[in-house]
Amino acid sequence: MTQAAPSVITLKRATLAYGARTLWQDLNLDVRAGEFLAVLGANGSGKTSFLKILLGMSTLSSGQIMLDGVPVKRGSRAIGYVPQQKHFAPDTAMRARDLVGLGVDGDKWGFRLHGRAYRQRVDELLEMVGASSYGKIPVGMLSGGEQQRLRIAQALASNPKVLLCDEPLLSLDMHHQKAVSALVAQQAQANGTAVVFVTHEINPILEHVDRVLYLAGGRFTLGTPEEVMRTEVLSALYGTHVQVLNVEGRLVVVGRPDTVIDGHLSEELLGETVHQHGAHELGNS
Amino acid sequence: MNWADFSSAVFNFSNYGELLPLFRDTLLAGAILGLVGGLVGTFVMMRDLAFAVHGIAELSFAGAAFALLIGADVMFGSLAGSITAALLLGAMGVRAREKNSVIGVIMPFGLGLGILFLSLYQGRSANKFGLLTGQIVSVDSTQLSVLAGTALIVIVGLALIWRPLTFASVDADIAAARGVPVRTLSLAFMFLLGIAVALSIQVVGSLLVLALLITPAAAALQVTAAPRMVVLLSVAFAMISTVGGIMLALGGSIPISPYVTTLSFAIYVVCRVAGAWRKRRGWSSRPSMAA
Repeated sequence: MTQAAPSVITLKRATLAYGARTLWQDLNLDVRAGEFLAVLGANGSGKTSFLKILLGMSTLSSGQIMLDGVPVKRGSRAIGYVPQQKHFAPDTAMRARDLVGLGVDGDKWGFRLHGRAYRQRVDELLEMVGASSYGKIPVGMLSGGEQQRLRIAQALASNPKVLLCDEPLLSLDMHHQKAVSALVAQQAQANGTAVVFVTHEINPILEHVDRVLYLAGGRFTLGTPEEVMRTEVLSALYGTHVQVLNVEGRLVVVGRPDTVIDGHLSEELLGETVHQHGAHELGNS
Repeated sequence: MNWADFSSAVFNFSNYGELLPLFRDTLLAGAILGLVGGLVGTFVMMRDLAFAVHGIAELSFAGAAFALLIGADVMFGSLAGSITAALLLGAMGVRAREKNSVIGVIMPFGLGLGILFLSLYQGRSANKFGLLTGQIVSVDSTQLSVLAGTALIVIVGLALIWRPLTFASVDADIAAARGVPVRTLSLAFMFLLGIAVALSIQVVGSLLVLALLITPAAAALQVTAAPRMVVLLSVAFAMISTVGGIMLALGGSIPISPYVTTLSFAIYVVCRVAGAWRKRRGWSSRPSMAA
């Protein structure tokens, strides 16, 4: 990322509070074209709200948020949304290409008039994410990793300035986590799409991340991973002693006060994160 | 009843050539209802509304029975009942679990009301039975034009909201993020579904609407996932069931609904077998690659 790149997301003195509870306040942030921003934090730290605000589905308590130079509004084509993987029933009337097609013109009324242009665009998008070989397979028969590729293609359909990813790696195995995050990062580099990647687990995307926004306990910290993922920085943020360990290249945060309610580290990840679980338990006892 | 009696009651094709033209309007009505049922059914499957359809049908039955009792138009009563029920369900939350229990509560209430109205009704008993199991054997041209007009509303309505409704049905969250008015669409669809249920009741009765609104689409989904093919097949299956059912029923002394439901069931079984065969042959096979 270069400093000269234009800012596509701008937050000015952004504050989010529910009643007396402040999730974060006075957040100033510029995300530039091609930048990869990871948004980390525990459940209830305002990660999901941050995402909803960017999508225009929720509003700030105070402050300002601009997307590509204009105030955010719902349904903006400047933003592409990649959600968590979800289960499709085996008899869903959708093939892979139809799912991608929803991103192309799924929000339009009436019947499709330009069939050829639509098909070409879908082919192009499938190609872009390496999913051409399973374009005609029902979505209910695809693996989680394949589905997430399609989600990325779907999100890219409107040539967005921002790719907003909401825990897209959840319930994927390690191999697919790597592949999907590499695909997202490649988008950022090749097309200058800014990436906002909301996650509770930084390790699968660590090598791609330019900056981290860490939300916790009503406060936030912003900086490069090296600046943020440090014992003293996160201890100050949480207001209690936590430790950041580097276990064979994986960052592990030990002793987070929120680990007990952090139910995200589910069984699918257990194989990969056995160190982390062990560390959590140590930290809590 | 011996076999000869049975078969002449079920299949009787004497004077068939003379009968057929007399039932031209009935056959047309069947075709129209097949078209509506097949179209609406694809969304019923996609939105997982099978149980809701059943619930709406029972309230539609209550409405029709009330209309019969007070001497109003049965079609109108049936429409009023089903649209009310459909909008009620549409307005009530989105959580499937909650919805199912509400439907489970509404359904027997509607059926009970209907039975109350019917037992108070002093007219022909064939009319009573018809509401539950299907009635119209002969449609006059006024009825046909009302039917066609109402069906047209459903078809045009669906065509207008087709793509966003598909988006919202498959993936409500993402559709909402894209600016699709998910909730409004849900209500709009429930409204159209209410009309479709009331129409279908005219052919197969309130107990058997699922044969028109679920079975054809479910059968289509067994053999294809391509959206356009699902719609085409679903409509074709529904039309074969209604028109075929009416044609088989013409000579016999039995209501048309058993013919319609049996045809639609047979189509489903065939599709199910074909689908299983296709899956075994590797529907989802593809050139191997890392995802």
